[in-house]
Amino acid sequence: MIDIGLGHYLTLGAVIFSIGVIGIFLNRKNIIVILMSIELILLAVNINLVAFSIYLGDLAGQVFTLFILTVAAAEAAIGLAIIVVYFRNSGTIRVEEIDKLKG
Amino acid sequence: MIAHAIFFYTFSIIAVVSAIMVTASKNTVHSVFFLILDFISISCLFIMIGAEFLGMIMLIVYVGAVAVLFLFVVMMLNVAQQKNQWFASKDSSKHIPVGLIISTLIFFEIIIVIGGWKYKPEIFDINNSIVQTSISNTHSLGQILYTDYIHVFQISGMILLVAMVGAIVLTFRQRSGVKRQSYIKQISRERAEGVEVLEVQSNKGVKIDD
Repeated sequence: MIDIGLGHYLTLGAVIFSIGVIGIFLNRKNIIVILMSIELILLAVNINLVAFSIYLGDLAGQVFTLFILTVAAAEAAIGLAIIVVYFRNSGTIRVEEIDKLKG
Repeated sequence: MIAHAIFFYTFSIIAVVSAIMVTASKNTVHSVFFLILDFISISCLFIMIGAEFLGMIMLIVYVGAVAVLFLFVVMMLNVAQQKNQWFASKDSSKHIPVGLIISTLIFFEIIIVIGGWKYKPEIFDINNSIVQTSISNTHSLGQILYTDYIHVFQISGMILLVAMVGAIVLTFRQRSGVKRQSYIKQISRERAEGVEVLEVQSNKGVKIDD
């Protein structure tokens, strides 16, 4: 319990990942919170990669964390742009009312 | 070792609680602030574990850019009228049990995988000596990022460029009634349509009508 090892970090990653998944499933309010849950999931993946990279002494994990960071930033920018355009066209971003695609 | 454990538990508890608050908070602005707190505590964990460069980059990129972007969008769009309720309507909370079951299932699957993992005991002993070399984390990361991973690095730059162009194209809007300079029209003017030579009679003057 006192001796912090790889398992502690992996558990923390698992907890945050599950919270992100819960956020996607349970959120019925607005779609920005869903985007934030996706950011949480990517953060959990980053925790796993960095923990493995440190404890196994291989820097490739940190390099890939950098690329995940890049892709997450791009994804947030594009997603928010889509949300802004959708709000301009239809006047709402509530999850229930976004049903133009009849999904 | 004790200090390591104390810091780990402090930061991870802050991270988990703020992650819960991101999804559970009624006000979207509060969710964004809890997301910022989450990123800050996770980057503190990264710095503590020895990945200083990634921790700092995470502070700059997430807290400095992405979270502010979220904040801008939340405040720009009109989401204030629904901030005092968790769900849009009563009947939309029917699927909560399904979501909870799926999420806890995923969580326990991950925990089972982690818990059943058997490490070779020598794998940590060998590599601890590699990590604790004289050069810093940033230095060693740069050494492999610009040599072994240079193509991936450049492709990530292209991804950022495409994302920037895409975001601008998506949100760009042509307004009507705005006077703007048109270089094509300016350059393609001919002499015939711009200049008129008149025969001016004396004591009459010229009447310009436009």
